Amino acid sequence: MKRTILSEFSDIPLDRGILSDRLIGKRRTKRLRRLGDNQQYNGGRVAYFLQQLINGLTLGSIYGLIAIGYTMVYGIIGMINFAHGDIFMIGAFISVITFLVLGALGITFVPLALVVVLLMAMIFTAIYGWSVERVAYRPLRGSFRLAPLISAIGVSIALQNAVQIAQGARVKPMEPVIAGGLTLFTDSNNFDVVISYLQIFIMVLTVVLMAGFTYVITRTSLGRQQRACEQDRTMAGLIGVNVDRTISTTFVMGAVLAAVAGLMVTLQYGVIDFYIGFLAGTKAFTAAVLGGIGSLPGAMLGGILIGLIEAFWSAYFTIEYKDVATFGILVLVLIFRPTGLLGKPEVEKV
Amino acid sequence: MADMKNAVATPGQGGFDVGAALKESGKAAFVAGLLGLPLLALKADNFGSKLGLVYRWDALFIAIAAVFVGRFLLILLSGRQKKSEGGVFAAFGKGIHSNMALIGLAGLVIGVLLPVVYPDRYVIYIATTFMIYVMLGWGLNIVVGLAGLLDLGYVAFYAVGAYSYALIASQFGWSFWVVLPLAGLFAAFFGVILGFPVLRLRGDYLAIVTLGFGEIIRVILINWTDFTGGPNGISGIPPITFFGLPFKNGDHGTFASFFGIAHSPVQRIIFLYFVILTLATLTNLFTQRMRKLPVGRAWEALREDEIACRSLGINPTNIKLSAFALGAMFGGFAGSFFSVRAGFVSPESFTFIESAVILAIVVLGGMGSQLGVVIAAFFVVILPEVFREFEEYRMLLFGLAMMVIMVWRPNGLLSFREPTIRLHPKKESA
Amino acid sequence: MLFHDLTRPGTDEIKVSDDSLLEIEHVTMRFGGLVAIDDLSFTARKKEITALIGPNGAGKTTVFNCITGFYKPTVGRVMLTHPRKGRYYLERMEGFKIAQQADVARTFQNIRLFPRMSVLENLIVAQHNALMKASAFSFAGLLFMNRYAKAEKEAVERAKYWLNKVGLYDRADWDAGNLPYGDQRRLEICRAMCIQPAVLCLDEPAAGLNPRESLELNELLLGIRDHEGVGILLIEHDMSVVMQISDHVVVLDHGRKISDGTPEFVRNDPTVIKAYLGESEDEDLPQTVKNDLARNAGKDV
Repeated sequence: MKRTILSEFSDIPLDRGILSDRLIGKRRTKRLRRLGDNQQYNGGRVAYFLQQLINGLTLGSIYGLIAIGYTMVYGIIGMINFAHGDIFMIGAFISVITFLVLGALGITFVPLALVVVLLMAMIFTAIYGWSVERVAYRPLRGSFRLAPLISAIGVSIALQNAVQIAQGARVKPMEPVIAGGLTLFTDSNNFDVVISYLQIFIMVLTVVLMAGFTYVITRTSLGRQQRACEQDRTMAGLIGVNVDRTISTTFVMGAVLAAVAGLMVTLQYGVIDFYIGFLAGTKAFTAAVLGGIGSLPGAMLGGILIGLIEAFWSAYFTIEYKDVATFGILVLVLIFRPTGLLGKPEVEKV
Repeated sequence: MADMKNAVATPGQGGFDVGAALKESGKAAFVAGLLGLPLLALKADNFGSKLGLVYRWDALFIAIAAVFVGRFLLILLSGRQKKSEGGVFAAFGKGIHSNMALIGLAGLVIGVLLPVVYPDRYVIYIATTFMIYVMLGWGLNIVVGLAGLLDLGYVAFYAVGAYSYALIASQFGWSFWVVLPLAGLFAAFFGVILGFPVLRLRGDYLAIVTLGFGEIIRVILINWTDFTGGPNGISGIPPITFFGLPFKNGDHGTFASFFGIAHSPVQRIIFLYFVILTLATLTNLFTQRMRKLPVGRAWEALREDEIACRSLGINPTNIKLSAFALGAMFGGFAGSFFSVRAGFVSPESFTFIESAVILAIVVLGGMGSQLGVVIAAFFVVILPEVFREFEEYRMLLFGLAMMVIMVWRPNGLLSFREPTIRLHPKKESA
Repeated sequence: MLFHDLTRPGTDEIKVSDDSLLEIEHVTMRFGGLVAIDDLSFTARKKEITALIGPNGAGKTTVFNCITGFYKPTVGRVMLTHPRKGRYYLERMEGFKIAQQADVARTFQNIRLFPRMSVLENLIVAQHNALMKASAFSFAGLLFMNRYAKAEKEAVERAKYWLNKVGLYDRADWDAGNLPYGDQRRLEICRAMCIQPAVLCLDEPAAGLNPRESLELNELLLGIRDHEGVGILLIEHDMSVVMQISDHVVVLDHGRKISDGTPEFVRNDPTVIKAYLGESEDEDLPQTVKNDLARNAGKDV
């Protein structure tokens, strides 16, 4: 149903793996992609490969940031926060709206605008993350395993539809904010391998955030409290850890990262709608499981792997079946390493 | 919100602290304001190919006011209810469970009489949809409710059943009654294919793999255009016949002519309704019987404690596979019914939201409770129908309702479990 | 003999005496760098109660897990001589088959019942394999065939027998999770007995029982040994239980066997006393602890 209005921006870039088929008419993608393939193949295999690597890493960074939210929440309360994908979607919407507000205020200096948007997206998305936990999950703590999951699915449906009602069902296009890029090298057939400034921004920001979060989790008292709750919530409570607050903080941290991912998607792919949360969330959760759920580096690794799988599968095989490839690889990994790539092997407690 | 409730409800021993309630409502309204500020008060509206800002401060203020009043009323009600709630609900639950067989029978009689009393197209149509969801709920109940396996991709088996009938009937012209068992078998086969590698995974890993499987089936249905018709689906699927007699106008060999009555389109709709009623009833009887058999008991035991099961020599993989395959089979039956009724299938009908709805029916109903599934299916199918005029807000309300019911009754509406075998007769007044 | 050990022909006949039930031979279990069991060998005999004792962390439960298939020993052999069926090499069998085919039953240190199923159902689930056979994988039951009804009736009779034995008959329709702790322990033993085991492995059955319940447990276990003729392997901390009912005691410390013999022998074995009480009671303790001990000793007087 979205397809009718796509003629409005036919010049949007093609590699928007995260948005999948909803935003781009299926047939059209196929045709253009094939066309592109041929051109690029003529250009040179190595260069093409490198270009896909860069695109895959960019996409993977975004998946990784969302995956961290899943993995942290799963680690601490053992639930799949099904609404996390929609938190990411809300982050993307808040980014777009903040850009518009800044535009209306006449602030056009790009670095300043980026910083303000980043902060606003983080703050307001965090409030969403906090509220969801407070209203939908906290009352269910300690009840049986599936109750919070169903509640989360309910929240996910509600958020999607709330945004659809409040912001309209049409896709929101964004003009590029950071343009240009570096040509890494040009091969003999005149094919350029380009890394855009935006891609550099995304990767650098991801690395910085990862470093920051790793520091928080491993070195600070907050991180220790989180790890304590992860091991044994009752015991942590007994020795004076404020369990409720720690769990809330975890949700807030996850939401902050999802907001950053939302901003990145807005910038990189230039178009969002209320439905992007589901697929991105599913992929990111797959990434978390692939990397070993509960493991922070695992989530990042899983995210990057899935980004790469998608980029390369779309480039060398068929874009239509990239999700099949992603899930297929997940199943294979789980069969041979049931706890994911970096998950701790479990010794069954009998 | 439990802690807030207590904080407000306790002072004055049952008395109501207005100040605290107002403060609490104020807090909630403040948070609602923060939530609404970027997404409700400001709208990124499409102007041609560009976005522009639209301000809607009125909507924000209405939302804040609504949250304030809503929270206040909630505190007011929860303070009042606390005293009576337990007793009423316990009595209600007990009443239902001591008369389970009677209620089931009554339900069946109502189901059979409905088209007689109310031969209205629309009513029968909704009742048929309701029964499809009841059947899907009962099928998934085997997997999730009894065996405790979290399946987020149940819709895949529904799709396999639907496409089985659509393809076989339109290619070979086989009758529904021949294809129905085949569709069930195909779906069960898919269940085994999926289940074999993944059933040894831990619960939540199983969830993501089944979710992925559901998406894979959908992606294949969309993209394998030559076989499945792609996004356009398959239309012109042969309609159902009365065991060979078509429901159409004609003097010879039609349902109407055979019974010597006038043809009416409602006959087919009523017949479809009875078919799904029968299928669903059989699903229920099958499950009820299975619960009393070794396999069914092993399902429940596995849900309770897999390690203990292994120590008793129960093969967990086989037991899980059997639950998965049987659940899938009923999904397949329901799917092929879906396609014979609609005459049209497309991948749009088999999105994740369907899986979520079916899972919600099982969990909201109370895991493992057959009657609970019926009640939850009623909520999920009939209520949105009632609120059809709020078209735009339907799914929003649905999502919120799912969350609220779960928070209100975390174990589902009916969470009571009747043992499958008794040594002593049930006591009447316990 | 179901499995022939082709690698070491002839050794079985030489080493095995007729009444051996379970033979643990040179079993070592490593988790990464940690050696939980180190070259352990002992024999449990038919119609005897063999107790496995040792300080916390000695590796007792790990031995159980190796026997019952939850762990695969890194090295070594676990051989069961089934009184009715022949010989099984348990270390080679898949987890659930050890209970299914070799009839090794066990209970768990932290009770593992099916809490939301009734007491009776717990006992019937334990007879799963027999009932599956009788009902032709449930198909006969689905068709309401007499043969399943009969088999189920037998299963219920067996359950009744055990329920009567432990005084749970009146509460057969309760949810197992609602029983008091001591009854849950007894029910778990009944459930294990319902698979008609060749050997019964009990992991701390007396833990958390009061003295009266503990006495009842002793009688139950002696009854199982004498009337059912089932050999019992027992992990227990409660020395009153161990010394009163066991025929044979094996003592573990740090994964090694340090003593093996009759209760009297073990009780007086200096290595055992050393393991339990520490070598030299005072010298290793820090000064502050010694002070505390001295102060407390003073108070007692």
